[in-house]
Amino acid sequence: MDRPIRVLVAKPGLDGHDRGAKVIARALRDAGMEVIYTGLRQTPEQIVNAAIQEDVDCIALSILSGAHNTLLPKVASLIKAENAEDILIVGGGVIPDEDIPGLKASGISEVFTPGTPTQVTIDYIRANIKRA
Amino acid sequence: MDIEKRILEKDKRAAARLITLIENKDQEALEILKRLYSKSGNAYIVGITGPPGAGKSTLTDKLAKALRKQGKTVAIIAVDPTSPFTGGAILGDRVRMNDLNLDSGVFIRSMGARGHLGGISEATSAAVKVLDIYGSDYIFVETVGVGQSEIDIVKNCDTTLMVMVPGLGDDIQAIKAGVMEIGDVFAVNKSDRDGAKRTAREIDMMLDFNKDAEWRPPVKMVVAVENQGIEELLEAIHEHKTHMVTSGKFEKRRTENAKSEVVGLVKERVEKAILDKSNREEILDFYSEKIVKRQVDPYSVVEEILGKMDVLLK
Amino acid sequence: MFNKDQISILKEAVEKENAKTQESLQKRPERKAEFTTGSGSPVKRYYTPADIEDMDYMNDLGLPGQFPYTRGVQNTMYRGKFWTMRMYAGFATAQESNQRYKYLVEQGSSGLSVAFDLPTQIGYDSDHSLSEGEVGKVGVAIDSLADMEILFDGIPLDKVSTSMTINAPASVLLAMYIAVAEKQGVPSDKLRGTIQNDILKEYIARGTYIFPTEPSMRLITDIFEFCSKDVPLWNTISISGYHIREAGSTAAQEVGFTLADGIAYVEAAIKAGLDVDTFAPRLSFFFNAHNDLLEEVSKYRAARRLWAKIMKERFGAKNPKSMALKFHTQTGGSTLTAQQPDNNIVRVAVQTLAAVLGGTQSLHTNSKDEALALPTEASVRVALRTQQIIANESGVTDVVDPLAGSYYIEAKTKEIEDQAMEYIKKIDEIGGAPKAIDMGYIQQEIMDASYDYQKKVETGEIIVVGMNKYQIEEEAPKGLLRVDPSVGEMQKANLVKLRAERDNARVDAALAALRTACEGTENVMPFILEAVRSYGTLGEICGVMREVFGEYQQSVNL
Repeated sequence: MDRPIRVLVAKPGLDGHDRGAKVIARALRDAGMEVIYTGLRQTPEQIVNAAIQEDVDCIALSILSGAHNTLLPKVASLIKAENAEDILIVGGGVIPDEDIPGLKASGISEVFTPGTPTQVTIDYIRANIKRA
Repeated sequence: MDIEKRILEKDKRAAARLITLIENKDQEALEILKRLYSKSGNAYIVGITGPPGAGKSTLTDKLAKALRKQGKTVAIIAVDPTSPFTGGAILGDRVRMNDLNLDSGVFIRSMGARGHLGGISEATSAAVKVLDIYGSDYIFVETVGVGQSEIDIVKNCDTTLMVMVPGLGDDIQAIKAGVMEIGDVFAVNKSDRDGAKRTAREIDMMLDFNKDAEWRPPVKMVVAVENQGIEELLEAIHEHKTHMVTSGKFEKRRTENAKSEVVGLVKERVEKAILDKSNREEILDFYSEKIVKRQVDPYSVVEEILGKMDVLLK
Repeated sequence: MFNKDQISILKEAVEKENAKTQESLQKRPERKAEFTTGSGSPVKRYYTPADIEDMDYMNDLGLPGQFPYTRGVQNTMYRGKFWTMRMYAGFATAQESNQRYKYLVEQGSSGLSVAFDLPTQIGYDSDHSLSEGEVGKVGVAIDSLADMEILFDGIPLDKVSTSMTINAPASVLLAMYIAVAEKQGVPSDKLRGTIQNDILKEYIARGTYIFPTEPSMRLITDIFEFCSKDVPLWNTISISGYHIREAGSTAAQEVGFTLADGIAYVEAAIKAGLDVDTFAPRLSFFFNAHNDLLEEVSKYRAARRLWAKIMKERFGAKNPKSMALKFHTQTGGSTLTAQQPDNNIVRVAVQTLAAVLGGTQSLHTNSKDEALALPTEASVRVALRTQQIIANESGVTDVVDPLAGSYYIEAKTKEIEDQAMEYIKKIDEIGGAPKAIDMGYIQQEIMDASYDYQKKVETGEIIVVGMNKYQIEEEAPKGLLRVDPSVGEMQKANLVKLRAERDNARVDAALAALRTACEGTENVMPFILEAVRSYGTLGEICGVMREVFGEYQQSVNL
């Protein structure tokens, strides 16, 4: 691919722990991607609208508050409502393994739990974005 | 997706996708832009620049909100530097524009400057056209005023707003020559801080060397985070607009801009044609090594490269 | 302290020994080319008096309980009494949290520590649209005094000390606590506890801010003033390095940035007309405990010494209590691994030892499952037992500051103090912590350290047992604590009921008076108290303040 991959890194919900989001933003940048960083306290509506305007290949959601089962599927369903399913959605944070199948069923392609090397996330995004 | 049809129906996805394609130098996108070009030209384009940390994004956010109150639609293109080493970028201007996010009358797009190959001016001005066709009344183009290409971008707008801030760096004199001159309107942001008056005075002194006798750029004091002085700043931008139109400079400037756009596009195409990204470094390495060893001179190299272009153009 | 001649003989010997060792290293190299602490600062092979030749015992260390408090803030330390074993807890509804508190008190916990959910921390009621999915998740949901009454039901507030992790709306939660005490018949001057109330680190690292810097600082100084008269035993702020460290800072940054925040609060209070010795004795600090035991011990000692000097020299404090840095510690959440969670018990034990050897006044120990979810009762018990084992079985509590005099510890203490002072100087040059935060300077420094650490973990330069080395195939953990998703609905229903049953005219009047106070310069605390007593909700009270004060705009430097 001859163009940079564009990724929206967002923190849905109210938790303010953005260490992980910032680390992944830097790692994606260092992997040659264009990272649109939107900061804290993003509603699913804001995230999806930004993703559309920025025409990103991927939305990367970081959440540690425990509200993932509410907020992540909502992002996925809004993306569907916009007919923008060519945008890959991934999540990361303190998310129990037993919640992952449900999140995947809702349209989150992959969930990265604590301790995942950034390279794993980078490789996953490269291999799975849906547009040429 | 039928971009051409949908963009005229104000479909934001179509506009967003067209900008992406243009950024990626997609030929089909250029064809679409060719066909839609006549529908552009209605938006008023404001360039916003200034040193890092001047609060440009927050100021843009407030200006956009003030325009929205007047019922105008707004698009914002925020350009951030790209890492020369990896080609990646972090585009973080939206953080300061979060409240605008869900306003359907606002379209925000972040762009990476994407390296030294040039073309960022061209890509930005194409993005401006897309958002113009999309139907925005005002388009703000925001760049960090550090590199020449960023300065070129804002210079090519209808009104250029320079944002300064007290206490950043030493003083105005430290700002690169050729940067101050492009400002049509000046804003001293964070003007509740110490040294704001001094900054304003220094800008004013610089403006004494201004060549344009008919327009002396106003210097406005604002505190963007507190929404102070925004209406007045917007008024100053409108005054500049009125001045441009009534004095005939508006047409003249757009003609100049068109000229430089064409030159830029030609340069870009020529460079692309003969120094394709894939072999650019290879070709340059090949010749420059020979130049250093005095096996060949740079003048002949240029002729040789241009000779190749002749072949390509035929 | 040391004889100059002996030091020069020693230096010569060290030099010779070094040269010799360098030779042998050619054949038999050490495990690593370079040894560094957990924070990445270099560590020498050994330390001698030559590394601390300038140390002046009485000026630099002093005796326990004496300036500059390097050796601890009390003369008897844990021979007198152990630190307060304070377990941070709270989840779901006030009823459930109340039961957990009662359990902890029965188990020997000597202080309560309340965790609030995110909507509460950001001043939204449970029925606010942004609260969706967040109600009761990371702590207890408090919408009004009614919830607070349930939270402390059956807990005598004149007997326990309560720490509340609350910042932007600290004034409101403190007012609720006072109001609950009133109902129990406990006067406010009998109340003991702490509110975190540290807004600057919210901007830097933790993210639960509401208002812009200036009004936030005013709320804080209003609390200082109010408490100095009405709640004199209350610790009015817990200036926190914990979250700065969690965000990825080094140990020296943790000290430097935290004390810089402390300086900003002291300056704000003095500017508001308070006398330094009236409020400074009620300032307290909150630090992290990471795995590098000796670095951490040095860190606490360096922080105490630096703060004592700052208070005495920079602010002219006279009261020794203004100079003595008291602190709470929490073991490092970011050091826990989701992999092989049992290993976390060992990490927490090492960190507990660090905090105790460093002279902490209170301690929360993390539970092994916190990298996965909220802790279960069983894992909280092990975490508490860890403290009790160190306290009762390890012997380290019988002697004050037992590591003092170690060449390494003293050299490291000095090094961290110097590095922290460098940061403080830099921040002073910028114009103080609020400005440095606004510019994104502090955040950027932390981010750089954090990214550096992450890269070292990924290259294997830093080993995290069970995560990037010694991994095993694991089954998904079972029996994690889950918050009942119906909590949000219950809170919403309670709010509807509350709004129907309370005296709404009284609420409106109280909120109007609060608005006027916020617009003016009067101390807002009495107005918040009245709004709370009238059962105005947290969201309504913070809503008024949001309208008057505006909201903070995050500064992001990546």
